[in-house]
This record gives sequence, structure tokens and C-alpha cells, in this order.
Amino acid sequence: MDVSLTERAYIKMKAASINNLKYLEDKPVIRVGTGTCGKAAGALRIREAFKDELTRKGIDAGVVEVGCMGHCYAEPLIIISKPGFPSLCYGKVDEVLVKRLVEDFLINNDPCYEFAMAALEPNDIFPTFRDFPRGVYEEKMILENCGFIDPEEIDFYIARDGYSALADVLNMEPGEVLGEVKASNLRGRGGAGFPAGIKWEVVRKAGNGMKYVICNGDEGDPGAFMDRNILESNPHQVIEGMIICAYAVGASLGYLYIRSEYSQAIRRVNNALRQAREKNLLGASILGSAFCFDLEVFSGAGAFVCGEGTALINSMEGGMGIPQHRPPELAVSGYLGEPTVLNNVKTFCYVPLIMRKGADWFKKTGTPGSPGTAVFTLAGKIAGPGLVEVPMGTTLRQLIFDVGEGIPRNKKFKAVQIGGPSGGCLPEQALDIPLDFDSLEEAGAMMGSGGLVVLDEDDCMVGMARFFLNFTQQESCGKCTFCRLGTKHMLEILKAITRGEGDMASLETLRELAEDVKTGSLCNLGKTAPNPVLTTLKYFRDEYEAHIKGKCCPSLKCPDLIAYFIEPDKCSKLCNICVGSCPVEAIYTRDNGLKAINRDKCVKCDNCLKACPPEYSAVIKVSPPGLVEEREREMK
Amino acid sequence: MNRKVVIIIDGQKITAREGEKLLWVALENKVYIPHLCAVKEQERPTAGCRLCFVEIEGTCNPVTACTQPVKAGMTVKTRTPAVDRLVRTAFELLLSEHRLNCGECPKNGSCELQKIARERGLKLNLHRLKPLSKKVIIDDSPRSFAFDAGRCVLCGRCVWADHRIAGVGAIGFSRRGIHRRITTFADRELAQSPCTECGLCVEACPVGALYFKKN
Ligand SMILES: Cc1cc2nc3c(=O)[nH]c(=O)nc-3n(C[C@H](O)[C@H](O)[C@H](O)COP(=O)(O)O)c2cc1C
Repeated sequence: MDVSLTERAYIKMKAASINNLKYLEDKPVIRVGTGTCGKAAGALRIREAFKDELTRKGIDAGVVEVGCMGHCYAEPLIIISKPGFPSLCYGKVDEVLVKRLVEDFLINNDPCYEFAMAALEPNDIFPTFRDFPRGVYEEKMILENCGFIDPEEIDFYIARDGYSALADVLNMEPGEVLGEVKASNLRGRGGAGFPAGIKWEVVRKAGNGMKYVICNGDEGDPGAFMDRNILESNPHQVIEGMIICAYAVGASLGYLYIRSEYSQAIRRVNNALRQAREKNLLGASILGSAFCFDLEVFSGAGAFVCGEGTALINSMEGGMGIPQHRPPELAVSGYLGEPTVLNNVKTFCYVPLIMRKGADWFKKTGTPGSPGTAVFTLAGKIAGPGLVEVPMGTTLRQLIFDVGEGIPRNKKFKAVQIGGPSGGCLPEQALDIPLDFDSLEEAGAMMGSGGLVVLDEDDCMVGMARFFLNFTQQESCGKCTFCRLGTKHMLEILKAITRGEGDMASLETLRELAEDVKTGSLCNLGKTAPNPVLTTLKYFRDEYEAHIKGKCCPSLKCPDLIAYFIEPDKCSKLCNICVGSCPVEAIYTRDNGLKAINRDKCVKCDNCLKACPPEYSAVIKVSPPGLVEEREREMK
Repeated sequence: MNRKVVIIIDGQKITAREGEKLLWVALENKVYIPHLCAVKEQERPTAGCRLCFVEIEGTCNPVTACTQPVKAGMTVKTRTPAVDRLVRTAFELLLSEHRLNCGECPKNGSCELQKIARERGLKLNLHRLKPLSKKVIIDDSPRSFAFDAGRCVLCGRCVWADHRIAGVGAIGFSRRGIHRRITTFADRELAQSPCTECGLCVEACPVGALYFKKN
């Protein structure tokens, strides 16, 4: 009886949504990416420019706001779908291009291919994103609709089969739903990779009292923004996943914990919740079934440690964002002491897909131990930075050199920091390990948030370790001895080393402290904070020793260990550019016209090195700084 | 929580109630395990000081005894190289933030840091770490006692006494990370807080941070 009920309700709803979107048929549609990345690049201006231009020219076309499709480097980004042409994507759009596209494309049928980035559908005329180097590896599961649908209009999601999984699920036994998720071996995407089905099962078996489902959208890793992106670009996918989870475990209330800095994500999710409620996808007797569930946004104050489950719960309960000892796990005693499912944004996103297409479909992608895809943010010394989704098991080498198009300016790869501040720095010889939860952990790194920073020969590994530890040390909540004091002492030792004040005994202390903080800390912030130090010590010990024994930074990065020098035989006496570029007047002209640097004044800003015209390239950096005196003695 | 079980701590057979926390079982049976933050009545242990590590047969890393429920047949070792190493480091870390002037400290002789040092053969000075400079701020505004934050080890036993035994709520933890400390609301002097000078927090302090004034 119920079968027909929810299904009929869904069929009716989908028909209504398709009908609501009819106004976009048979006319050009311009999709403007207005995720935070798009907005920052001026997408709202572009949207207005299109609207004005269309009105001025009297053209009937739709302008739709969409989220982000992961090519953040090319924002503002738009897609024009005009009947008779493949949908075309244009990047770095400005007002001038808006005018041209309206005039040439919309009116005169010339798509201005010279400005197009890619087509969306395969065609004979223009390459698609699949033809990009990254297209070969990219496989979009959870990002598939991001950047193509309007996140503020539920009809777009429903018209693309959104919530059909929910309608089906409501006709299944909760145990069957759980069985499918377990069979898919979906592992949590928040970092640790714990199997979602096993967590859900604990909550499901925990009696018939109050239970909660919480989505972890804290996303505190510096440089990670995929969760924000998904919440902004396709909030309903997360919501649908959470409702299905609630049905499987028997929860009646849930929260999306989103940091308050993500104002646009919070606004869009709240809007999505309202629309879902209007359509009876949330609230009492969902789609006419007996199942009741509702969701609310909880806006967190934005601390890295609040992403840790027990700290997140403390902060939701009104306490300080401070972790607690486990067990009990949240699945046994979570929010308000009740059994709670806590999963990452991405984890919930896979759920509707798994329920719609089946566990076996899901397991066809990725590795047996880590099925599905992984979402990475590529950053650092990489030619094609951005957000990518690739199958689990893709190697680091493929990800960096094929998907990310390698290291710019012919520089040499040195290391990759993977998993954010709690991940590890892996060297060249680790490039062939497949990216999945287990292999990364074995190598001393972790999947973490999926942040991936590529480092080249110019990056100092001691400096990197210091950078990441500085972050975790500042984000430590201070509750436990190892994390509060251990990370502080480690940071002080690293600072001394990068200043040339380290000794071999303190290097040994650093290693011991790192190991002890890793085993001794209360929560996973402390337990993972030493990873950047431990991995750089393991793979780049020579750099530490150079800083200590030779007072030398081999990558010429640590300000206290370098000096700038103007090579007399290269300096053109007639050029004054370096003098003008110096913010502290440290550069002077000698009697013979050659330029020189007053080291006492120099603040090592790098301006002169960049300003010196390439035909001279007279400014060089040296380390240790004492080399300058040697050179000057040679000159005399 | 009722069933009696037998466990072995350092080779000694001990009967305990199942589910009881190992730390209290050991202490009641005269097996010393270093600890600062543990409060027996606390349902969910703080587990912040990281001193009560023990090794349990069958688990790879040391665990904190204050959080470890007793199970039948459990074999526990309170001294292993891994345990000693963690305790030594945690202890030295705490000392690096503790103003070491035992001679002038009212708790000299009954200080729990001194007890840990004695029991575990640890030195009361720093040999690997440099002291973290902490400004000397002493709040001697109450009539009967004073608070020397430079000696505080942040165990939180005073907060427990103030909140849960006295039911006053004059003090609590504030700030985060390395800046974490015990303060009154809005950092006022204790005399300006709801403190009733019941003295329970002073009695709870394992070191010389909270101390009764002489006479
Ligand atoms: C310091 C710290 C920060 C964390 N931050 C996040 C976060 O921002 N988002 C997230 O989903 N998980 C975060 N986690 C992991 C969560 O504790 C938890 O494992 C996760 O939300 C569970 O969901 P999953 O199984 O779907 O991954 C963090 C963990 C730690 C220790």
C-alpha cells in the first residue's frame, strides 16, 4: 500500500518540477556560477550584465544561478546552452565578453569558440572537459551536478531524479537500506575512513529512543573547500543522504553543523530545507509515509578542533569546543547523550547514489578496500589547481602530473603534503602509491580532508613542517598535556632550527616529542599533529641537518638563513630598478656605479630579486648568509 | 557494574568490580599510578593530564588508567618502557610550564608533582625542554587563600570542587590552547567573584597553585 503512496507522490512531484522548469526549454539558458569562488571573482556583476544586455537587446533567455563545477581558477564562469549548439562553458568572463556573447552567439549564432573553455556534451565541433588532461582520470560521482543545477531551486534537483532514492527507500525495510550501505563499503570521507554502514548499524541497534543524525560541515583544514562547495552547489544531495540515513537508523531529528564563516552555504542550506519541507520531503509523514524527520542548521563558531566529533557535540550542547575521551563513541552516546550518527558532507552525498544505483555500481569504482571516488583540492606548485574528483586508487603521480598537469616553470618536484595539517609530506619515491585510506596511512600520511599541496625544489621542508605545526599548535584546545605543551615545544624547536639556532640534541628531542605527542594525546588533533614533522624527518632529514650543522637553508627559503647579493659582473650600472623596488632603502649605489645591499637594513622581501630585469639577473640569494662576505672578500 | 572480577596488575591478583576505572582499582590496592586530573566521582573522566598510562596485555599502545574500565582477566603492567617514556615526557612537559621554586612553595613536601617524581624516579628539573616563560600573576584578593597561576598544572580539580562539590561556580577554564587557564568570569579578581571562600578548591589543588595564606 505504502509502495504506491510514496512513489506516486514522487512521480507527481517530479512532473511538477519538470513543468516548473519548462520556461527554460526552447530558449538559450545562461548558467552563472555563483559559489563563493564565483562571487569573489565578480559573478554577480556578470549575472547583472547578462540580464541588462538581454533586456536591452530584447532577447528571451533564462539566466540561472548555479554552484561551482571545480574550475575555480577560471571564475567567473558561465555556461551557455542554446538549442542547436552544444552547451559551452566560458571562463574569466568580463562585461566585454558578456556583450560579445549576447551579440555574436545569442543573436548571430557565432559561439565565439576562441573564448570557450569546453563543451559539456560530446560533439564534433568543440572539445569537452573529458578531453582535458584531467578528464581522462576524473570521474564525477558526488560533484556531478555541482555547477549545473540551481542550488536555490529544488526543482532542478528533483528534475534530475533528486529524491527518487528517498521515495524508493521509504518502501524498503530500514534494515534493507542499512544492508545496502554496508554492502557498498562506503567509508567516511571526513578523514578517518570509518565504514559508514557499521557506524549506522550501532545507532540502529541502540533501542527505540531519541537518535540524531549530524552532518559534519565544519571543514577546518586550511585550503580545503570541497564541503563548502557541495553545500553551496547541491545542498539537496546532502539533505537526501541524511534523510535516508535517518530512516535507516530510526532518527527523527538531525543537524547540519556548518561553520559560521560559510554564510552562503548556511543560507543556501536553510533555503533548501525550507523548500524540502514545503514539498513534504522533511517533517511529518514524509512523502505520505509514516516516517517523520526534520533537519536544522547549527552554525559553529569555526574552530578546527570542532570538526572532531566529541568537540563538535560539546559545542552543539553549548559547552567549549573541547574533545572528550572515547569510548563512548558518538554512535552510543552522542548529542545530548543519545545515539548519534556523525558523517561528513561527502559521505552523505554518496548515499542517494548508492541507493539509486546499488552497492555493486558503487564498488565498480575505486579499490576493493576503498570503493568510490575521492575529492581533492589541488594547491601549491601545480599547473592546474582546483577541485577534482577521481577514483580511489589513482596514484599520486597521476593526480599531480596528469590531472594537475605537473609542476609549473620546469621546477623539480620535491614533496606532496597530503591530508591537510595533520597529514604527511611524501617524497618522490612515494608517488606511485595508490590514493586510498589504507595506503596513505601506511606511508605516514592520511586522506584527511583531501587537501593536497605540491611542493617543488624551492620549498623548504623544515619550513613546511613549521608552517603546519604552527597551525595545529594554534588550534589545540589546550585540554591535554601532550597537545597543549608538546606541540608548543616542538614548534619552538622548529623555529630555532629555521633561525639557524638548532642543535642535534634538540633535533632528537623534536623526534621524541613528535612520537610521544602522537601516541600520548587525547584526541586525533594531537595524535596527528606530529605527522608533518615525522614525515619530513623521515624523508628529508638532510634538510634538517643542513639547517643545524651548516646554518644553511638548501631551498633558500628561511629568512634568517639567507642573504641577498648583487653579482657585480652581472649588474648593469645604468639600471636603478632594484633601488626603487626596495621598501626599506637597503640598496645603494657604490662609487663605481654597481649596486649593493646593506644587509643590516634588508628585510628579505624578495622585491629586488624579482625586479632585476631577466637580462641581468644580477640579484641572487645565498645560504648561509656568511657566503656574502666571502664573495665580497673575493671581489677585493 | 556489580560483578566481581579478577585482574592482574604487575603480577598481583586483584579483585575489582567490572566496569570500575582501572586507576581507582589500582590506587585502592596500593599500586601507585601517577595522576593529576582524575576525580573519582566524575562520570566522564577528563583524561587531560596524560600521566596515568598503563599497558594492557593485548593492546598495542599504552592507555590511560583513568578511562579504562576493568574487565575480567585483564593483565595490566604499570611500568613498561613505553609507559615510562610517555610519563617521563608528559611530566617534563608539565614541569616546563610550572614555576619551579619548591623551596618557597607552600606545597613543598606534599606536592603531587614531587610525589610523581619520587615514585617514578624522575627529576624535578628540565633536561630536554626549555622553560616556557609564564608571567607571575598571583591573585591574593581572597582573605584566606591565594591563586598562583604560574604553578597551575590545569588539572581542573579545583573547578570540579567549585562546581560540583561547593556548587558555587566562581572559577572555570577559559581561553584555548597554550593560553588555557583557570579564571573567574571575565578575569576578575577572586574577591570580585561569587567565591564563598569555602576552601574546597584549595584542598583539591594537587600542587601549590591554590594555597591557604599563613595564619
Ligand atoms: C582535529 C579534527 C578535525 C576534524 N575536522 C573534520 C571536518 O572538518 N569535517 C569532517 O567531516 N570531519 C572532521 N574530522 C573527523 C571527524 O572527527 C569524524 O571522524 C567525521 O566527521 C566522521 O564522519 P565520516 O565517517 O563521514 O568521515 C576531524 C577530526 C579531527 C581530529
